Amino acid sequence: MYSIIEAFKKAFVLILSLDPELLGIILLSLKVSGTALLIASAIGLPLSAMLGLRKVPAKGIFVSLMNTFMGLPPVVVGLFVYMMLSRSGPMGFLGLLYTPSAMIIAQTILALPIVVSLCHSAIIAVDRNIRLASQTLGATPFQTSITIIKEARYGIMSGIIAALGRVMAEVGAILIVGGNIAGYTRVMTTTIALETDKGNFELAVALGIILLTISLFINALLHFVQKNGTVEAALWD
Amino acid sequence: MGLRLNVSNISKSYNGKTVLKDCSFSFDKAGVYALMGQNGAGKSTFLKICSLLENPDTGEVNYFSGSGIISNDLELRRRITLVLPKIGIFNTTVFQNAAYGLKTRGIKGKDIENRVEKVLDFAGLLNKADQNALTLSSGEAQRLGIARALVIEPEIFFLDEPTASVDEENTRIIENIILNMKKESRSTIIITTHDRLQAERLADTLLIIHNGNIKAGTASTPLSM
Ligand SMILES: Nc1ncnc2c1ncn2[C@@H]1O[C@H](COP(=O)(O)OP(=O)(O)OP(=O)(O)O)[C@@H](O)[C@H]1O
Ligand SMILES: [Mg+2]
Repeated sequence: MYSIIEAFKKAFVLILSLDPELLGIILLSLKVSGTALLIASAIGLPLSAMLGLRKVPAKGIFVSLMNTFMGLPPVVVGLFVYMMLSRSGPMGFLGLLYTPSAMIIAQTILALPIVVSLCHSAIIAVDRNIRLASQTLGATPFQTSITIIKEARYGIMSGIIAALGRVMAEVGAILIVGGNIAGYTRVMTTTIALETDKGNFELAVALGIILLTISLFINALLHFVQKNGTVEAALWD
Repeated sequence: MGLRLNVSNISKSYNGKTVLKDCSFSFDKAGVYALMGQNGAGKSTFLKICSLLENPDTGEVNYFSGSGIISNDLELRRRITLVLPKIGIFNTTVFQNAAYGLKTRGIKGKDIENRVEKVLDFAGLLNKADQNALTLSSGEAQRLGIARALVIEPEIFFLDEPTASVDEENTRIIENIILNMKKESRSTIIITTHDRLQAERLADTLLIIHNGNIKAGTASTPLSM
């Protein structure tokens, strides 16, 4: 009991004193997951739009594959990226293993199926009459696609936020490919895992509190977006 | 008049069930045509084919201007329009909904504002310009559908049951909009309706779809021949 209270006390001291090591870890977490999310969105959004709006061969198979990959175990993704990037692997020459770039790659792979699946669902859920209205009002096929994507905006945002939630909380993949090197590849989740292992609770608890706060924030954002999706608009135009 | 529509020998079936069969008609004068027929007769299907939203299985839909045939799909679709019973409201303001057709045509700024305000006024929606269009009542939504189409000044205007699920007051407003268009413009208006009196109030020509075919009717033609 004593040690728990003590750990929380020290954790708050770390947070309140803006401990540079702590800050560095948080910033790297945000950088890695944020970049992965950006890349996954940049690839996933056009991909899901194409799947949702155009005639694509083997669409059904691809969509169910993406649905399945939403639940990929992070450690398996970590293992896969590790084998690709390790010195003897096909992309070993890039020398990316145990760098933040490797972590971004792994998290992009984790985020992509979530972005594609959820954005695709959001796009195909748009009322058929929207497409017809757009066509009858003289839109080009491209303009019609943009209109449908805009109509799906809240669902799309939910999908992207859900993907962020997943990668922020993930530890298996980045631990394997990043290696948790102090000051270089240590992020919140890997630090918590390893400091706990060493019995070093204060840093782990401090990071736990912050991680929890961040995921609460992400969830609040998700809730806000979903609630707004059914009521107000005027976010665009 | 500007644009003429010639439908020749179109057939359409869904899942083996024939809806239109060797259906031909020439819309070659300005004014209002009312298209009647029983539920499922193929009125909506006919309008969707005419407005190029769907292709017929066989037969042709041709538009002429002057002496020439117009074959560019996009150009054509920008000179005609169809308002569906479910208008497909964009999740944005009434104003932005009405501006849509102008924006797709690359029209900008003050020009949009003037033209949109004019049609919203015409449709009695100017005081709701900033309201989210999804919150409109069904009568108001129907008026928005018409305003949104009017703004692009179509040469041929298809209206699929513009007053279905609309109260008397709104029906009167919508009919007046159509009568005003008829008076003001040289465009062709083709509406479907189940209301024979409405057809008589609005139309110069009464048409009936029956057994997959379109026929000129008169006020006394029974709907199921
Ligand atoms: N996309 C579709 N797939 C399958 N069947 C369809 C489709 N569209 C229309 N149909 C069928 O074609 C027939 C004609 O439909 P349509 O909507 O043109 O009738 P309508 O004359 O407009 O009827 P209403 O007066 O009820 O609006 C109906 O039997 C309908 O079920
Ligand atoms: Mg119909």
